[in-house]
Amino acid sequence: MSVRAESVRSGWERATGPRAVGILGIALGALSFWLALPPVHARNTVLPVAVGILGAAAGIWAVSRRERRVGWGAIAAALVGIVGAILATRSSLTHLDIVVFWGALVTATLRWATPLTFAAIGGMFSERSGVVNIGLEGMMLVGAFFGALGADKTGSWEGGLLIAMAAGGALALIHAFFAIHLRADQIVGGTAINFLALGITGYLYVDVYGQQGTPTNLPAIPDVHFNWLQHVPPHQLGSFLDNSFGQMNLMVWLMFPLLIVSYIVMFKTPIGLRIRAVGEHPRAADTVGISVYAVRYSAVVVSGVLAALGGAYLSIGFVHSFSEGMTNGRGFIALAALIFGGWRPFGAFGAALLFGFSSALALRLPDAYGSSAGTLFQALPYVLTLIAVAGVIGRSIPPAAIGRPYKKQ
Amino acid sequence: MSEPESTGVDRDGAPTLGEDPEAYAPSVAGRLAFYQRAGGIVTPLTTTIVAFLMGGIVVLSTHHNPLRTYKAIFEGAGLNWFFHVGSHHITVPFTQTHVWFWWDTNTSHTAAYNLTQTLLTTTPLILTGLAVAFAFRCGLFNIGGQGQYLVGAIVGVYIGSRFTTMPHLPHLLFGLVAAALGGALWAAIAGALKASVGAHEVITTIMLNWIAYWGGSYLVGRGGPLRNHVDQSIPVSDDVVNGAKLPAIWGNPHLQALHAGIFIALGALIAFYVILNRTTLGYEVRAVGFNPEAARYGGISVARNFVLAMTISGLFAGLAGALDIFGWQFRLGVADVQVSNIGFIGIAVALLGRTSAVGVGLAALLFGALFTGTSTRSLDPTVFPPELAGNLALMIQALILLFVGADLVILYIWQARRKLRLTGRAPATKGSA
Repeated sequence: MSVRAESVRSGWERATGPRAVGILGIALGALSFWLALPPVHARNTVLPVAVGILGAAAGIWAVSRRERRVGWGAIAAALVGIVGAILATRSSLTHLDIVVFWGALVTATLRWATPLTFAAIGGMFSERSGVVNIGLEGMMLVGAFFGALGADKTGSWEGGLLIAMAAGGALALIHAFFAIHLRADQIVGGTAINFLALGITGYLYVDVYGQQGTPTNLPAIPDVHFNWLQHVPPHQLGSFLDNSFGQMNLMVWLMFPLLIVSYIVMFKTPIGLRIRAVGEHPRAADTVGISVYAVRYSAVVVSGVLAALGGAYLSIGFVHSFSEGMTNGRGFIALAALIFGGWRPFGAFGAALLFGFSSALALRLPDAYGSSAGTLFQALPYVLTLIAVAGVIGRSIPPAAIGRPYKKQ
Repeated sequence: MSEPESTGVDRDGAPTLGEDPEAYAPSVAGRLAFYQRAGGIVTPLTTTIVAFLMGGIVVLSTHHNPLRTYKAIFEGAGLNWFFHVGSHHITVPFTQTHVWFWWDTNTSHTAAYNLTQTLLTTTPLILTGLAVAFAFRCGLFNIGGQGQYLVGAIVGVYIGSRFTTMPHLPHLLFGLVAAALGGALWAAIAGALKASVGAHEVITTIMLNWIAYWGGSYLVGRGGPLRNHVDQSIPVSDDVVNGAKLPAIWGNPHLQALHAGIFIALGALIAFYVILNRTTLGYEVRAVGFNPEAARYGGISVARNFVLAMTISGLFAGLAGALDIFGWQFRLGVADVQVSNIGFIGIAVALLGRTSAVGVGLAALLFGALFTGTSTRSLDPTVFPPELAGNLALMIQALILLFVGADLVILYIWQARRKLRLTGRAPATKGSA
């Protein structure tokens, strides 16, 4: 533990130079793309390409100073920025204006990132304690269904959220029991959890709602309105802020305190230290008197509760209905975000934002270009995560005892 | 379970030191052998029965009769066909003669038709089951069967619907081989990443599954490069050319007949057994699966076997996709790509079948029957609503997976306990000798 903590600390000290330059490189890469888009609309390629090359240079410098992940990130961002900018300058302005409506894109990104973040943070608790959770997808789905069912039956969205949390926690408890007490394979268990959730929610959905589907007057998690945002001077900034943040769901805003709290709990409190100790070396943790089973059980149940919240947001906060299998792989994107973000809250959030952005873009592109090419953006999270675990841009290293059952002595 | 054991004392408290090992060891070995032999059939059977019982409780709790429901699923799967024994005739292929046969093979009758549908589902399930099983024997958990299946289907439909000038049989063979290779390549990515940088195959195969899912959706979708040339608004590929289809062996080819692919799947079962148990390659794969460190010490390249095992796994899964395309689907739509879960069911098939050839065959038949029997087309809707039944099948499958997962561990603990006992006894044996 202490070796790891030390390397992180010295990493921070080392990072101030190259790390900052690398981040600047990422920003320059993004800027090069942005220059070619509305409202700036650079119609020749020289300026975006020049900025992109600057970004790539910053990245290469950072890589040469051993800041590999950020450096490669900057190089990748610069390349994507340059290619994107060249494509954008060749595209017609009207098409660009349809796709790139910044306010809407920012909102959509945050909306899509919210369920991912909730589930990914949940997954972080489980996996940091050493229990693999590929059942996140199933736990989200259960949350989505029981959120809708609970909101319908209790007549309030708060009731829906509570019942969703209970259902997600219960499903996670099954996973925990098989993984911890029975020492079953956690991958098999997670796969079973996903199928179980698909079966249970589908069965109950058909049994309760049948052909009609969930009622249209389902109580919804309210939006938070900030009308004053549009009066922020100057006018363009005001309307951008209003379009972006003026009307977002409560769950989107709840995501930020969740992030901060989970960061503090995981890295600044004894509870987090216990969770991480159990996930890195359970025997050592056991020796100093930490109950490995208790920590793992609570961590897995917390993961189920959080994933279910993400699912409930999908059904009663976002689309206001439930349909069979509606999570459609979001649990796996959350898992990808967790891995891509290096099993850290803000890393996972950053990845969720990136993946949310790719989802938002994927859904807007077909409007303008009339083809399914946009669906390729849906694959982006998985491609990036594949590259991340391959170690090209600095490897994502999982907790040491992940997936290994622990036998009490 | 790799914690170093510092003492030789049995942790379970059983007095092992000082006992006469010769008197005790054979009975332990015998008991374990019996347990494994019995466990080979008994535990998967119990697992399945318990899962079906729990499914029955679910049915009961929603005010349906579980016995009648299971009977309807049984008949929906066409398994009652075997009990309708009578005096019937079948034609001998390529001749006009008829010979006497016990069963009625006329697929315009429900039981026979349903059975062909069950076998049609069993065919790819055997192969995706083998895909999981083969990697499992090498100590790898290939949950990427779905992605490899999809890549096989995509390559298959591409070759099947293009290259129209090729002679029929070479065209079909080319399609099958290329699809299998496509699946193999997809799996080999995960194997290579595992071998080179140690990236966990579960994570990489999950990612590859979803890349195949969205990639396939793009390729056959609106404006995608593989969409059909007839009606651009329908997100589906072109049809496989007529001559390149797998021949139908039972039933009306226009109503999803059983195709010759089932023989390929059965052949794959034999190939799986032979490769694993009768070749050097299989020996090495199993050695790595038992203990990679020991295998490395014995001069076996672990990295090479990881890649090879994944590649062969992918061959099976890719072939499954190709058989579905050339056998009865003949085209691939976005809906097919997104709804299919043949590859995921393969996980349950492999684990319930205990990763053995016979087991995989039987488990594939069970799941083929379960999913066919609960489908909208086969289940009698007056007994049980098929929309519920499909979800019931998913639940039963999940429960089987859960219990089988725990069961593998029970066997493992048995072996670990035995190992612990033997190592604990080793010094005592020396002392007495």
